[in-house]
Amino acid sequence: MNNIIDYVWLVPLFPLVGFLLNGLLRNYLSKSLSGIIGSGVILASFVVSILLFMQVKGGSTGVVTLFNFIEFGKTSIPFAFQVDQLSSLFLLIITGIGFLIHLYSTAYMHEESAPHFARYFAYLNLFVFSMLLLVLGSNYVIMFIGWEGVGLCSYLLIGYWFKNIEFTGAAKKAFVMNRIGDAGFLLAVFYLLSKLGTVGYADVFSKVDQLSGQDLTIITLLLFVGATGKSAQIPLYTWLPDAMAGPTPVSALIHAATMVTAGIYMIARSNILYTLAPVTQTAVAVIGIATALLAASIALKQNDIKKVLAYSTVSQLGYMFLALGVGAYTGAVFHVMTHAFFKALLFLGAGSVIHAMHHEQDIRNMGGLKKYMPTTHITFLIACFAIAGIIPFSGFFSKDEILAAAFANNPVYYVLGAIGALMTAFYMFRLYSMTFQGSFRGTHEQEHHLHESPAAMTIPLVILAIFSFAGGLVGIPEVLMQGGHQLNEFLAPVFAESTRRMTPHPIDHTKELILMFGLMAVILVIIIFAWKKFSGYQKTDAEETGLGKVLQNKWYVDELYEAVITKPVNAFGKGLEKLDRFGIDWVVNGVGRSVQYASRQFRLLQSGQVGSYILLMVLGMILLFVLQVFLKK
Amino acid sequence: MPINLYIFLALALFSIGVIGVLTRRNAIIIFMCIELMLNAVNLLLVAFSKMHLADSMAAGAAPTLTNGIDAQLFVFFIMVVAAAEVTVGLAIIVMMYRNIHSVDVNFLNRLKN
Repeated sequence: MNNIIDYVWLVPLFPLVGFLLNGLLRNYLSKSLSGIIGSGVILASFVVSILLFMQVKGGSTGVVTLFNFIEFGKTSIPFAFQVDQLSSLFLLIITGIGFLIHLYSTAYMHEESAPHFARYFAYLNLFVFSMLLLVLGSNYVIMFIGWEGVGLCSYLLIGYWFKNIEFTGAAKKAFVMNRIGDAGFLLAVFYLLSKLGTVGYADVFSKVDQLSGQDLTIITLLLFVGATGKSAQIPLYTWLPDAMAGPTPVSALIHAATMVTAGIYMIARSNILYTLAPVTQTAVAVIGIATALLAASIALKQNDIKKVLAYSTVSQLGYMFLALGVGAYTGAVFHVMTHAFFKALLFLGAGSVIHAMHHEQDIRNMGGLKKYMPTTHITFLIACFAIAGIIPFSGFFSKDEILAAAFANNPVYYVLGAIGALMTAFYMFRLYSMTFQGSFRGTHEQEHHLHESPAAMTIPLVILAIFSFAGGLVGIPEVLMQGGHQLNEFLAPVFAESTRRMTPHPIDHTKELILMFGLMAVILVIIIFAWKKFSGYQKTDAEETGLGKVLQNKWYVDELYEAVITKPVNAFGKGLEKLDRFGIDWVVNGVGRSVQYASRQFRLLQSGQVGSYILLMVLGMILLFVLQVFLKK
Repeated sequence: MPINLYIFLALALFSIGVIGVLTRRNAIIIFMCIELMLNAVNLLLVAFSKMHLADSMAAGAAPTLTNGIDAQLFVFFIMVVAAAEVTVGLAIIVMMYRNIHSVDVNFLNRLKN
């Protein structure tokens, strides 16, 4: 095995095997066996991913063609995997965090019966397989296959407890919202095919100068529509909070760490196209920052532990899009990475809490849990510091990089982004304090059963906590340490073309330091304020009023969509149904009825008299004869 | 003999046949009338065949055996087919008589409506 890159297909193969084993043998496997299969295959992928990453870090990249997938005309679309800096980094995130979450799931899902347990792992393996296809594909078509695959798995896992109608509704909502985005993605692929006749990354990016500015804008906007669906941005973000209906590890893996970052991966992958389409870049940045603020403001007033985290995810994804929009591609990928660590940790911590509380998710009924679950408490706190952006936790570095790039591009972005960061700190520590500080507000029975989660759940928490703490050290900004930004150097080849074509916006080092630590000081104040305020939280029956009520009701966006889109579409559908029943059906049935009526009348001609038949025959012959004579002229 | 005499004769035979088929109810008579029509056509075919041979001879064409012979071939075909038809038809009539003790076609109206 001299070059591990040639064996890249092993990475997605393992989860596929796991999916098939768990899926087909689900009625025969014991719980521990399906858990071992499910987690083991991901571990195997992770090992191969590490080897790949080492190879790529040593400087070798490559494209591995497995077979010719589609061939028509002059176009051929190979089924090929691309191993480079970007994809190998994502491989590590997906398989690494994926493995931890699989391990965690073996304990979290233990109440399920064996076939359903195996079904869960089958879906989870299929998800990892699709996600690996998405990041490994060397052209947009393979990416699209993965793109659809993760959407399907997201649907299956959100609706995992399918006996609950509300949950299946949430799954459907996620699927439909994703489909809207996918249509944009697909159109972009067709547009590329029609303009360039190729969808391979290398070909497209080398021929990018053949595209007019308008083409680039249309393609990038369409791709971005796909990204808004998958990565939950305005206007398609509403599915993500509802997706919390799925099991908590699913939320951690799919709806925080990996799938929702697919949009960011796709744009980072197509960075040259976006660099050359300034209109789209502005749109991406504006939508990103708007989503970040909107979601953060909603998170301020949510009381469901998972809903807060879901809106937080939407908000953090908004930051990543802001980074992409201002051309800070490394910053976006960096934030994907650190966010994957601390948000997966937050979700798993929340899962641990929910597990201990017997599926209670309302933080108003929690409080004081630090006494009962020390490991969960400490790791959750680390994640909160990381997401709030306190040095030296990982979130500080990535968020700072994004905000610095935003400032260099347009100070307005920075101000809005900073406001979002303050809100993030506030709602995270509100969540933390209400859950872990103060005194317990649940029932006595719940209090009696409170316990720390088993090792299979706490070990992933600890590992993720270490990464949430130290993961940012690969990207220390130049201001703080010369050559500290290793990630930037590592990813430089992927973004080289964009860097060459972009006009750099240098930022003054003193200014950057002031912004960095000024913001952090304010964040610290907010944290202390939120900690104090919510540690002594007492349950009240008072309803929220004014803005608080609006925020609690999520800006009424769901209601707005219901009124503006769902209802008119339903009414239109009802109208069409009437047209179908009374218009089209009437015509179709009318044809049938008229044939029946006519045949009843014509039947009378059959008199049974041989003579009359012959007479008619002769008359017919005479008629033909006459016609022949007279019409021939 | 001029061709028009043959044509008149054939026409008369054919008309008698048609009228016989239309007016009579006895299946055997109807059968005979059909034969009459067939033979009217045969007569015409032979007459025209002869006429064409004479015409081409008069135009100075080399006398050949095949000139106009195809029409006469048709006649043989028709005779063969008519013979076959007669066997089938008479068999049907025999069966009919065995079943309803009559050869009146107006009794055969069981498929009415």
